Amino acid sequence: MSTSSSLKAAILSVVLLGAFLGAWQLAVGGTGSSQAMDPEYAALMGATSKGASAMPTPLDIGKEMWRHISDPFYDKGPNDKGIGIQLGYSLARVLLGYLIAAIVAIPLGFVIGMSPLFYRALDPYIQVLKPISPLAWMPLALYTIKDSSISAIFVIFICSIWPMLLNTAFGVAAVRKDWLNVAKTLEVGRLRTAIRVILPAAAPTIMTGMRISIAIAWLVIVAAEMLVGGTGVGYFVWNEWNNLSITNVICAILFIGLVGMALDQVLYRLSKLVTYAE
Amino acid sequence: MDLNTLITVEGLARSFPAPKGGGNVTVFDELWFDVAKGEFVCLIGHSGCGKSTLLNILAGIDKPSGGVVIVDGKEITGPSLDRAVVFQGHALMPWMSVMANIAFAVTSRWPKWSAAKVREHCQHYIDMVNLTGAEDKKPAQLSGGMRQRVGIARALAIEPRIMLMDEPFSALDALTRGSLQDEVVSICTKTRQTTFMITHDIDEAILLADRILLMTNGPEARVAEIVVNTLPKGRVRNELHKHPNYYAMRNHLLDFLVSRSEDLRGMVEGVDPKHPPMVFPKAGDGGPQPTLAASRT
Ligand SMILES: Nc1ncnc2c1ncn2[C@@H]1O[C@H](COP(=O)(O)OP(=O)(O)OP(=O)(O)O)[C@@H](O)[C@H]1O
Ligand SMILES: [Mg+2]
Repeated sequence: MSTSSSLKAAILSVVLLGAFLGAWQLAVGGTGSSQAMDPEYAALMGATSKGASAMPTPLDIGKEMWRHISDPFYDKGPNDKGIGIQLGYSLARVLLGYLIAAIVAIPLGFVIGMSPLFYRALDPYIQVLKPISPLAWMPLALYTIKDSSISAIFVIFICSIWPMLLNTAFGVAAVRKDWLNVAKTLEVGRLRTAIRVILPAAAPTIMTGMRISIAIAWLVIVAAEMLVGGTGVGYFVWNEWNNLSITNVICAILFIGLVGMALDQVLYRLSKLVTYAE
Repeated sequence: MDLNTLITVEGLARSFPAPKGGGNVTVFDELWFDVAKGEFVCLIGHSGCGKSTLLNILAGIDKPSGGVVIVDGKEITGPSLDRAVVFQGHALMPWMSVMANIAFAVTSRWPKWSAAKVREHCQHYIDMVNLTGAEDKKPAQLSGGMRQRVGIARALAIEPRIMLMDEPFSALDALTRGSLQDEVVSICTKTRQTTFMITHDIDEAILLADRILLMTNGPEARVAEIVVNTLPKGRVRNELHKHPNYYAMRNHLLDFLVSRSEDLRGMVEGVDPKHPPMVFPKAGDGGPQPTLAASRT
């Protein structure tokens, strides 16, 4: 039953993809014209897009994707690095900022969740800081930190901290009273209660926060790298846009999506490990 | 004080802030009773009269608004491994296996024990409640009765001086409840475990209890009377109804639950809360005790 319905879904997915690619190919292939363009612009386009249209066909994208995949790690100077290297830079920044955020957010969330006093004292700050777009921090980060790469990491840190902090605090505060009472009647110390009872009880909620955070961090890194430049997949997109290589921009978009999905899958697997059925 | 007394409850009261603001709601006050070593005491009362609240105070999880609980001559100030609790809703940790749930309690009691010794000790109690083979299952994979048994094994495994049980069988079907009651009877007679148990099942109280405390309805609930079980020890569930005193016991308790728990609410004047009347329902008594009939006027 479920295997046949998931097979059906898979077939439908492929059909939709085929229809989409077909429509794209028809819309772009051969019909477009560069006549309406500004002559200078058209000349520029002609140099890169070798065809009748600025918009590449799915086939062009496929070829370009294959080129990227078959040689992802080449390095020919600052403006020409393989997509693998660029993604690697972005991933390293995201993971570093995210890990630091987790190291700060989870213990702090624990304290907030366990102490209503702390919760009320910190709540106004959290409410103000949470809705700030992480990119708004960028100038301040660049000014104080000076290093653009570390600034990007700081922005990742700032945007990933809130979901983890709030979910940890919520998960810890919502631990069932019964379980805490069991620990109390067994005269279990505070630290052991935190590790053996509260942490596993709150783990699924904490993991949900971590999943939200990694998704936000991956969204933000592209924008941050467009601003700071130098390396990373965000810079790559911006650089290819300046080269007017729409093909490469689309390739990069696809890679960003794939890596984002992979990150989410990894955290999904991890969260499966800590969920429990009641 | 009687040398044999293990728990003494003196003038215990508990009130909560009223939900609509302004003043307090007194769940119960002026509770006086005691429990002897090796005794099995049941507490019967209607839902909401404060039974769980009382048990939490005995466990040390909750603090009374007035009065004291004395265990072994000392006033209690908090929870203790000497008093194990079987909670109303089993309260097993769902992320731990059966073995790990019990081992968590055992290592809390004996932190220096080796892993092998803890395992062996846990296994003994898992076998005792007939859960052999379910050691590695998670609570979600167990039936309600099995979960409740793990809760009992966890409480027994720390070898407490006192077992406090909050309606441990109320969520179970009659058949499972019966077999678990039999297990508790055999364990408690074997180990002479001092037990304080809440129930609202009359037959359960008659089977298990040496004495039964009857609590009036709240708010301001009291211990209305103490019923001494007139059926001799060594009671067997299937033989219970054959004893001549059984119906006297049963009718007395039933009558209390159906009508008198409400009539006696707020307690009648002229009855000293420190010495609730003791009754011994026997065959041929015919209805409620004369002493109480007098006190109801
Ligand atoms: N934390 C609390 N705050 C306010 N009121 C409470 C609190 N805990 C219990 N109560 C009130 O105290 C009364 C007694 O509650 P308790 O849980 O002790 O009842 P119970 O006799 O165990 O009932 P049941 O048989 O349904 O388990 C109830 O009226 C309840 O509303
Ligand atoms: Mg209760």
